[in-house]
Amino acid sequence: MYSRIVSVPLTLLGLLDRQPSHGYDLKRLYDEFFGRDKPLPFGQVYATLGRLARDGKVTAGEAEPGGGPERRRYSITETGRDEVESWLANPAEPEPHLQSVLFAKVVLALMLGRDAAHYLDTQRAAHMRRMRELTEVRRTGTKVEMLLADYGLFHLEADLRWIDVTEARLGALKEMVRL
Amino acid sequence: MNESPETMMHSQAAPATTVTSASASASAAEAEAEAEAAPVSRGTLLETRGVYRSFGQTPALRGADLAVGAGEILAVMGPSGSGKSTLLHCLAGIYTPDAGEVIFDGRRIDTLSDAERTVLRRTSFGFVFQFGQLVPELTTADNVALPLLLSGVKRKEAYQKAASWLDRLGLADLGARRTGELSGGQAQRVAIARALAPRPRVVFADEPTGSLDSLTGERVMDLLIETARQENATVVLVTHDARVAAYAERMVMVRDGKVIAPAETASEVVR
Repeated sequence: MYSRIVSVPLTLLGLLDRQPSHGYDLKRLYDEFFGRDKPLPFGQVYATLGRLARDGKVTAGEAEPGGGPERRRYSITETGRDEVESWLANPAEPEPHLQSVLFAKVVLALMLGRDAAHYLDTQRAAHMRRMRELTEVRRTGTKVEMLLADYGLFHLEADLRWIDVTEARLGALKEMVRL
Repeated sequence: MNESPETMMHSQAAPATTVTSASASASAAEAEAEAEAAPVSRGTLLETRGVYRSFGQTPALRGADLAVGAGEILAVMGPSGSGKSTLLHCLAGIYTPDAGEVIFDGRRIDTLSDAERTVLRRTSFGFVFQFGQLVPELTTADNVALPLLLSGVKRKEAYQKAASWLDRLGLADLGARRTGELSGGQAQRVAIARALAPRPRVVFADEPTGSLDSLTGERVMDLLIETARQENATVVLVTHDARVAAYAERMVMVRDGKVIAPAETASEVVR
């Protein structure tokens, strides 16, 4: 539902801060924890590692038997470690995700004299359907899936509260946007 | 608008399902309810047709139509004062409507006498409310055994069943504890055990996690849904909390005293 907002370079750096790894292991870990809906292509893993090496944030080890970039073990540098440290210590931008789309739709519907209440009803139904799916995932999934489902559930719940309040205020909002 | 009647109901409803039920006895109706086999199909089990209910001059329900399928887990949502709790109390035979019909398992229950409805609630319905439905002076085991004893189950068997239910809900060690000494989450788990122990056809839950924190509420909902499914019970879940409603298979809204099925046209969230 929400676009991927995890920075791939920083996540790979973070994984390397754990221990030096091959590109293949990084991809496997990334997909398992951060890219469940959208696995990271191998090409992107090695392109990212290449840029990180160029910027002095990782170093590539000697090519191991078998050759090719996939046989190199990558290690994080002090610069890389500082970047991970600073990233983890600072809060992320408190960015509302879906709300801006919902907001634009409601305002435009009101401006155009369309049925904003109907839109909010269908949006609520869609949100509830997704929440049911995520609740099932939370009930039956692994711990990581549970964590992800919780994240989605709380955000959807916040949207729903906004939908409810907006629906109750539609009359007043209609007056406002028509000025 | 009708905030006070809704609030009032919470405190009134609990005794109606426990203490007053002690006075009624109608073993024939109980035997009849016992003999009813669990429904196989998902036909309608419980229904309101054009139900009106007011409190003084304040209308709470204005023509509420709702059909609940056998074995269905249904969430009834709506803002405070929308009439959702009044609807639950009408469905459960706690309130009789001013007009309209309430039908359970093919027969009208709104025309039954108070005593008959009390028996129906005891034999066919279970209740989990936000708080207040346990008897604080009694032990956990007493509370769970109580509806069984009231239904004529022998004392030894009632307490064995109570122990088994407490075990299922992870409360095996708390049987001797007075319920007044339990945490909110433990008390709600006892309430679930007590609601389900008599094997009701329908479980009514009104804001079952309303007084709990998120994690405790989640655990309570997991257990409620899991055990209700295992028992093939129908669940009517009244809540204003979307996370609680998301446990249900279907959701309806109550708005201005009417039941509204949500628009299901959107197939996905359009970005």
